[in-house]
Amino acid sequence: MTEKTAARDAATGKAPTTDAFLEVNDLRIHFPTDDGLVKSVDGLSFRLDRGKTLGIVGESGSGKSVTSLGILGLHKGGRARISGEIWLDGEELVSASAEHVRRLRGKKMAMIFQDPLSAMHPYYTVGAQIIEAYRVHNNVSKKVARKHAIDMLGRVGIPQPDKRVDNYPHEFSGGMRQRAMIAMALCCDPELLIADEPTTALDVTVQAQILDLMRDLQRDFNAALIIITHDLGVVAELADDILVMYGGKCVEYGSAEDIFERPEHPYTWGLLGSMPRLDREPTERLMPIKGTPPSLINVPPGCAFHPRCAYIDRTDGKSNTVVPELVETEGGHLVRCHMSRQDRREIWENEIRPSLESV
Amino acid sequence: MLVVVSMVTFAIFFVVPRLAGATAFDMANRYVGRAADAEMVAAQAERLGFNDPLVVQYGRWIAGVFTGAEYDTGAGVEQCPAPCFGYSFITRQPVWPDLLDRIPVTLSLALGAAVLWLVGGIATGVLSALRRGSLFDRAAMGIALAGVSLPIFFTGIASLVLFSYTLGITAPGGSYTPFTENPVQWAYNLILPWVTLAFLYAAAYARLTRAGMLETMGEDYIRTARAKGLPESKVIAKHGLRGALTPIVTIFGLDFGLLLGGAVLTESTFSLNGVGKYAVNAIVKNDLPQILGVTMLAAFFVVIANLIVDLLYAVVDPRVRLS
Repeated sequence: MTEKTAARDAATGKAPTTDAFLEVNDLRIHFPTDDGLVKSVDGLSFRLDRGKTLGIVGESGSGKSVTSLGILGLHKGGRARISGEIWLDGEELVSASAEHVRRLRGKKMAMIFQDPLSAMHPYYTVGAQIIEAYRVHNNVSKKVARKHAIDMLGRVGIPQPDKRVDNYPHEFSGGMRQRAMIAMALCCDPELLIADEPTTALDVTVQAQILDLMRDLQRDFNAALIIITHDLGVVAELADDILVMYGGKCVEYGSAEDIFERPEHPYTWGLLGSMPRLDREPTERLMPIKGTPPSLINVPPGCAFHPRCAYIDRTDGKSNTVVPELVETEGGHLVRCHMSRQDRREIWENEIRPSLESV
Repeated sequence: MLVVVSMVTFAIFFVVPRLAGATAFDMANRYVGRAADAEMVAAQAERLGFNDPLVVQYGRWIAGVFTGAEYDTGAGVEQCPAPCFGYSFITRQPVWPDLLDRIPVTLSLALGAAVLWLVGGIATGVLSALRRGSLFDRAAMGIALAGVSLPIFFTGIASLVLFSYTLGITAPGGSYTPFTENPVQWAYNLILPWVTLAFLYAAAYARLTRAGMLETMGEDYIRTARAKGLPESKVIAKHGLRGALTPIVTIFGLDFGLLLGGAVLTESTFSLNGVGKYAVNAIVKNDLPQILGVTMLAAFFVVIANLIVDLLYAVVDPRVRLS
């Protein structure tokens, strides 16, 4: 922690509770609208160390992307009401000035977006956009920045980077564009990298390449990586820890092994059941989660998942009256469910796991 | 394109009257004095070429444009070098030098107004878009609505009465000093027409810019620009405005081209002897070669403006560039 931030922490009486690189405590991001208050993120907490990868998984509208934009401070100055704490390397970001967070953005924390075609400006060359990103935070000449841009393009595996640097985004293929996007995000050596659905817009064959690339680069840069996706296959490849979001809240959190081997939340089971797998009989139907994601204006009372849950009869009638707490079940594995731990484990072992693995 | 315009114009003023039953004699009758007898009218018809077949008349006009022509003014034959757009039936002066004399007036008017409306319109539009729903936005859009709704002959005369005749701070109508003679006087004389004309266009451009900015500021690449840590001013100017500018370039090219063909209402209101006023005079007097000439000039500017817009489009939007 720097002296400056230490002094400020002393003044405000705030300090991170752990020495994790990134720590999010009770983050709430609410948007007032004409129809009511949209609680996109409602009490989210997690932490992440350097060199580690966190996967945030959930359906559309579960608050994944809002969380990532919130960490970057991109909701500041808008209509959003933000509360809670975001500690990045000893600095609190929710209460920091917009200008201060802007200076960190792109340099200390960077983001890779979902659709690289719409996320890059169509009127500027790829090189110009990387140079711009580099020169915001580094006082260097255009020539030096250009050389750096070419280096970065080469590093993310773009052939002939000295020529491609002058191409426009529409002259790149989808996979190449995403590589360029990654080069842009990495050009200032960020310590926190957030990838929002980085492979969703890409061909399946290219997806694997991009995931490989991200894994390699994360190792090289020793950055903390947050991968936001609805695709459990992606996090299975990359993530150390997985956070499952539903209706703006975390419903299950644990190591990748916990989530894939011992998941305890019915929603996580649903996600696993709806994931296509090669080791399953092609004749087997996928098991989609019934119903639709909840409205974030009128989140169902009690457990937000109860209208879609098959096990509400096992909760002693609490499912639609009491909001379940996120409690530890074993060794850092957190679950937000009314069912008893024993029930959850039995259902997983006896009903869910066999149906997923039936051959 | 220009050939088609010339044919259509020619047809409207030469063929349609014939179809309606007018003879060469009737047509020539308009261009002689009131006291003229039948013999003089017949001589006039012969001199103006109304007795020749229409194709010959048109061919003669076209040939004049490219090679020049000789015209019998009645008081002797005069040489009219190419490009010869004919001879006024009434003043017996060649059309082309007259037009050339008037282009600087219209050009001055259009240029000054264009600068004002581009700056004013785009700035207002951007600010409105960034503060959507604010008092500024509503006031600006209300004024813009007034701007596009009020005709020049109202705003022009109202401003003349107020600023020139009551307050006396601007030049009255009808004053024009060439830029090369006295730039300050040039600007002083033109400031009121500029502002009046610019008000009309700025209103449309403000609305266009506002709509464009609202659209681009919601684009993903704006989010990317912010995620890079760019200052907001740069996000707006370099990424937002750049994206919103494309349709404005298109509209501007066409508007400006059209304006060079004569800002008819503005020139009439402020008594500026520009191309537009020339066109009005020509039409009022039914002076066919003048009408034809000014139409061709206007069409020429529109075609050129279109061409420039197309070329400019490739500069503004790299996606339309040919690979």
